[in-house]
Amino acid sequence: MTYLAKPKLLSADAPRNALGYTRRDYEGAISTLCAGCGHDSISAAVVQACFDLDIEPHKVAKLSGIGCSSKTPDYFLGNSHGFNSVHGRMPSVLTGAALANRNLTYLGVSGDGDSASIGIGQFAHAMRRGVNMTYIVENNGVYGLTKGQFSATADKGSKSKKGVINSDSPIDLAALALQLGATYVARSFSGDKEQLIPLIKGALCHGGPAFIDVISPCVTFNNHSGSTKSYDYVREHNAAVNRVDVILPKAQIETSYPPGSLRRVVQHDGSILHLRKLGVDYDPSDRIGAINHLQERQALGEIVTGLLYVNSSVQDMHAHLNTVEKPLNQLGDAYLCPGSKALDALNALLR
Amino acid sequence: MKPTDINAPDYLHKVVDCQWACPAHTNVPEYIRQIAAGDFAGAYMTNWRSNVFPGILGRVCDRPCEPACRRGRVDKEPVAICRLKRVAADFKDDIHDQLPQPPTQKNGKRIACVGAGPASLTVARDLAVLGYQITVFDGGKSAGGMMRSQIPKFRLPDSVIDEECGYIAGLDVELRQDQWIGSLREVLADSWDAVFVGTGAPRGRDTDLPGRKEAAAHIHVGIDWLSSVAFGHITKIARRVIVLGGGNTAMDCCRSARRLGGEEVHVVVRSGFDEMKASPWEKEDAIHEGIPIHNYLVQKAFTHDNGRLTGVMFEKVRAEYDDTGRRSLVPTGEPDVHMECDEVLLAIGQENAFPWIERDIGLDFDRHGMPVLDAQTLQSTLPRVFFGGDAALGPKNIITAVAQGHEAAISIDLFCRGVALTQRPPSTGRFISQKMGIHEWSYDNRISEEARRKVPVKKLEDTLKDIKLEFELGFDLALACAETERCLNCDVATVFKPKLCIECDACVDICPTECITFTANGEEGELRARLKVPAHNPDQALYLAEGLKTGRVMVKDENVCLHCGMCAERCPTGAWDMQKFLLNIAHAGAEAQRS
Repeated sequence: MTYLAKPKLLSADAPRNALGYTRRDYEGAISTLCAGCGHDSISAAVVQACFDLDIEPHKVAKLSGIGCSSKTPDYFLGNSHGFNSVHGRMPSVLTGAALANRNLTYLGVSGDGDSASIGIGQFAHAMRRGVNMTYIVENNGVYGLTKGQFSATADKGSKSKKGVINSDSPIDLAALALQLGATYVARSFSGDKEQLIPLIKGALCHGGPAFIDVISPCVTFNNHSGSTKSYDYVREHNAAVNRVDVILPKAQIETSYPPGSLRRVVQHDGSILHLRKLGVDYDPSDRIGAINHLQERQALGEIVTGLLYVNSSVQDMHAHLNTVEKPLNQLGDAYLCPGSKALDALNALLR
Repeated sequence: MKPTDINAPDYLHKVVDCQWACPAHTNVPEYIRQIAAGDFAGAYMTNWRSNVFPGILGRVCDRPCEPACRRGRVDKEPVAICRLKRVAADFKDDIHDQLPQPPTQKNGKRIACVGAGPASLTVARDLAVLGYQITVFDGGKSAGGMMRSQIPKFRLPDSVIDEECGYIAGLDVELRQDQWIGSLREVLADSWDAVFVGTGAPRGRDTDLPGRKEAAAHIHVGIDWLSSVAFGHITKIARRVIVLGGGNTAMDCCRSARRLGGEEVHVVVRSGFDEMKASPWEKEDAIHEGIPIHNYLVQKAFTHDNGRLTGVMFEKVRAEYDDTGRRSLVPTGEPDVHMECDEVLLAIGQENAFPWIERDIGLDFDRHGMPVLDAQTLQSTLPRVFFGGDAALGPKNIITAVAQGHEAAISIDLFCRGVALTQRPPSTGRFISQKMGIHEWSYDNRISEEARRKVPVKKLEDTLKDIKLEFELGFDLALACAETERCLNCDVATVFKPKLCIECDACVDICPTECITFTANGEEGELRARLKVPAHNPDQALYLAEGLKTGRVMVKDENVCLHCGMCAERCPTGAWDMQKFLLNIAHAGAEAQRS
């Protein structure tokens, strides 16, 4: 399917951010996904989040694996660094890139096949190593590129488009991320940008391993009445625990909410998360409570969304490994190869 | 805010900004597509049905459509609508077989039209095809009215006027040229079923400033002078000329003077440059021909040496605006300016004059000397007399005269059939889905990002030598086709069916101008402020639809929609469709034509 490129004509009223860019400046090539794919909404949410945060596009690296989801980095941030890696291997390629240059903002985009099947080991280790990244899984519960077989996140008992019942247990990537040490864990829905955009913004500002599981309906293979990842099903069973507003350090906006309904979280970079409680009394700083809440609600057939867990005193991989601050490509030959005298001194230390 | 009913009269018509702005409601996008498809005769006929004089208007129309053009809101300049009209006229083949045939059996009603300008000829055309017997009386040698007598030949050649007036004469309309009407009473005595007055605004405003009488031989009223030039009575002018006035007549005067031997031609205007009444492109053309325009100078006196004009004395003024935005010109107190010249052309306004209408025949005039008319029906206080064009509501332009001609024709037809004039035939609209397949539409939805094309002109030194040499060459085919691509097809409407929508946001994400928002409903003013791109243009409607599963509403700001159809291409359920909205504007005998 080919689509026309978006015309560049723009309304004079189109909003501009602090860098003078419009949202259009954060877009990429035209999407070739199916019309109505949830992934395109996630791309649009990434565009909006980067626009809102006044991110310079050339300071972002977007990496992905293989699959419908992993095609999407081509469709946003056309002026950023990008790497389309091997199936399921985005986390390790990203880890390498982050080790080489910590000055970029790392955005890993993956799908349920890429992260929960072939790449689940990679996913697990990126989380437990504490790579400073935003890890977005565009989760539709099916293998769209191979015509709609169940993926590892499909709910047990849900029906495929052909009518087959799924007999395998699902992997809950958000629960795994919580267990493995991610310090920012959220779940959202591609059809609810009001929730999704602030969650992406919070993740981009987080400063440690941030994971967002985004339920993203596959309109072609998984948007029917037996599906648990259709637009209708997710809207009906969405149990959001909170709403997030991200406030940048430079903006001083006073919000007025009834006392006790708002929780403030100051992140590492000074950005502030305002978490508005919705209904249940939910504590997003309690990791074990979060895991329990997810399990309980899932048993009731609900889909828990919102910012599930955030730990603002985060330490990332660079702190663990005590790496050099400068990007490796800027260190220079003299520093990287200090000569035989330095080698002798080092050897002497070990004698 | 209430949901939008896109079937409501005028809603989608207003979305087609050019068609809405055109007094005769010419279907602009349709004829531009016909040009793009190489169907020049079809494009000409689309024009002809609405505006009667495509070749003429394609050269000299006031183009109210172009400032309204949507393209002007998303790009630097609007589509060159007017000059594309000329393309249709220039490149068409013989169109006689597409013209309507007047019925051989007449309906027995006789109508007199006084004046053979655009308004009268429109009335004649609309009624002749219904079987009315039309007689047009005109004092000139050939039909055309002010189009022939006042517009210089280098802008509008006689051949174009001859051709388009000829189409009307060919509809069994009797043109009685050289027959000056001196008395309406006499006309009425001839038992016409109805009389249409389309005599224009024939009198140029004069002045009684000091020196006017003494130097009269060197001071001319602009429109009279233009018509003497048009008919070859005047063939030269002095070396130094001052044109007073800032309207289009002033521009025609100064450019004509330049061609008749005026080497130093200056235009002097009371107002500032931007407030001048002349169309921007006419000012550009004058400046292109080496004519300086001086602003904020008010003429005080004509200086002369024993009746030989030596120049004009001006007072310097500046514009001041009061709280209500009303402008007044206040003297600056600086010394007066004297500009030397040998001849002056006065282009300071036009007036109506009806010396030939007796004041005791039951036709009332107001205190400004204008006939008392019903603004919609254009009927005078003498029921069988109707007015149109500049004679009706004061000097405007050709396209307005045509539009009033259509209205008067409807009124005359109703009047002659004994139907109340208020029971006017309604305009009707029709929707045609443009969907041909996946991502395939029967209109070209690719948006050209090209800039507006300039119309090629003849070399300045050649065009200044010959007052009859047409200055503009018109678009060639390559330029014309490139310009047609700039049209946004605003008549291909975005039609939304909420029942089919699954709220996947695909349309919101793809819209290049971000004009679609799904949100909670609210009051219009508040809603406009919280759209994805706030809708700041209150003249442009919001398209609101309710009935979505989440209870939200779909709001589309019509202001900057490119009609590119991307929302419909991205929609997985067909909730959006692109449908051509064909507006059938009521003309005289709309009912008769159907039967």
